[in-house]
Amino acid sequence: MLTYILRRLVGMFIVMLIVAAVVFIIARVIPGDPAAVMLGSAATPEDVAALRARMGLDQPFLTQFTLYLKQIVTFDLGDSIFLNRPVTQALAERAELTTFLTLMSVGIAVAIGVPIGIVSAVKRGRLVDQGTVALAMLAASVPSFWIGLTLIRYLAVDVPWFPVAGYGPPGASLAERLHHLVLPAIALGIPNSALILRFTRTSMLDVMNEDYVRTARAKGLPPLTVILKHALRNALIPILTIIGLTIAVMIAGAIVTETVFGLPGVGNLVVSAVLRRDYPVIQGALLVVSGLYVLINLAVDLLYAVVDPRVRY
Amino acid sequence: MTNESPVLAAPKPRKSGFFESRSPTAMLLRQLGRRPLTLIAAGLLAAVVVIALFSPWLTPYDPMKMDILNRLKPPTTAHWLGTDEFGRDVLARIMLGARLSLLVSFLVVIFATVMGTLLGLLGGYVRALDGVLMRFTDALMAFPDILLAIAFLAALGPSLFNVVLALGVVYTPRVARVVRAATLVIRELPFVEAATALGVSTPRIIRVHVLPNLMSPIIVQATFIFAFAILTEAALSFLGVGVPPTTPTWGNMIAGAQQYIRQADWLILFPGFAIVLTVLALQMVGDGLRDALDPRLQKVT
Repeated sequence: MLTYILRRLVGMFIVMLIVAAVVFIIARVIPGDPAAVMLGSAATPEDVAALRARMGLDQPFLTQFTLYLKQIVTFDLGDSIFLNRPVTQALAERAELTTFLTLMSVGIAVAIGVPIGIVSAVKRGRLVDQGTVALAMLAASVPSFWIGLTLIRYLAVDVPWFPVAGYGPPGASLAERLHHLVLPAIALGIPNSALILRFTRTSMLDVMNEDYVRTARAKGLPPLTVILKHALRNALIPILTIIGLTIAVMIAGAIVTETVFGLPGVGNLVVSAVLRRDYPVIQGALLVVSGLYVLINLAVDLLYAVVDPRVRY
Repeated sequence: MTNESPVLAAPKPRKSGFFESRSPTAMLLRQLGRRPLTLIAAGLLAAVVVIALFSPWLTPYDPMKMDILNRLKPPTTAHWLGTDEFGRDVLARIMLGARLSLLVSFLVVIFATVMGTLLGLLGGYVRALDGVLMRFTDALMAFPDILLAIAFLAALGPSLFNVVLALGVVYTPRVARVVRAATLVIRELPFVEAATALGVSTPRIIRVHVLPNLMSPIIVQATFIFAFAILTEAALSFLGVGVPPTTPTWGNMIAGAQQYIRQADWLILFPGFAIVLTVLALQMVGDGLRDALDPRLQKVT
């Protein structure tokens, strides 16, 4: 187990190193001088030179990269050009909203995907099954920003059950803030429920043909017990994997959803950074999100052993 | 699980000597003939492509012509899908938007399949490069697709070419992984071994023996990438970092309609329907192709 974790950590380290290199290179392939681009056309050559020196752009390429890695290790992601604050601080301030949004969306996606996937597998080949498979495909074809806008129009404008946009006034209570996140979470959760549904169904179908499920049925256990205790527990690993993947996809999906609903989260920060060409923020967000993705994958792999005691590393 | 990763699908000859032709194409068509839904979806796709190609001849309205007197009119018999904030015909704009949305996604598919196939073959054949290439694809796949595309576009600036480049790079690893996995299987098969024993050169083996057997997984993967690319391109246009909004795409039409959400929901609904229909059709075709091309999956459902 310990050697497995160690091996995974080493692999993770290598992937993160390449990720950092990719992030670093993206910022350097920009046509033109990043310092000049950031300062705009009104800047004097002296200003540009000063910013270049501050950003370390006058150093050789490899020195710049080592410098960059050193900063990352000390959790220093640089300063935002426009917000005049450390990137880590800007990200941290907005992390709460994006975390809540992601968790609620995952909750919705799982609440839709897993039970319907199970029913679909149990009723395999019947009308219910074919219907849900078709619905899942439909859900996977709908852009989340479009669901968001339709929800705003019909559930916030026409019937004012939910706020149209924003995260409540400053100092709003937790309940109020969460209320603002209901529609965004639905918009993000529905398209992602499709993948979870399909994996649950496939995974359940694989397991339902196993001998122990037949035995459990044959000895007269109630169908629900067979499905939940014998089949689902054994089908859980692929389902967990896909849920982990979904979480990562949703963190990125939040970029679009937060823009639709005018939510001041990490995604919103990224979009405004792109529009203002605030590279340190973009780089920082890329690094943090992909780091989270790699971590979630590791966590899911380690969860396997908890879910399924047969798994030994 | 196996369902999700199509690997190696040389269509096996079927026993039913019902039709004379046993060419892969004929067999594929026979397989697809048994799937009416796939055929309907393929027909729908063909219709979307025809509309995109011939839109100027299919509608009496000029998608760019403003008509302020008729602005924000709901759907009528004259304007089937209503008019936008400048009085332009929404249907004509959706038809024009199909062009760019399909073109971008199509180019992305070409880029990703060509690059992905090259990298996958390289990884599958040159063992020394395999480890490096696969870690590199791991790293690229650790970025969620839209975030990586946004980062590229932030660096390169928004233009049609850059959108294609960014999304192409994003989807290349997906093809590379599938091609590598399939290549590793195919290169160990008896007929490749036989060719090697006969002294056939590696490039020729790849061209004559390996590539044709890679076609089915690549085509299936390409169909899904097409679908993802349409969705991601729409999202990029919506965020305003995609193709510049001078030309309508489905994504930037929806983005522009956002401020009229209270008065004119048709401006948002109809371009959305266009996206949903096209992506749904692509996914159905992809599913159908995957089942038809991979005989091993036929017993699963």
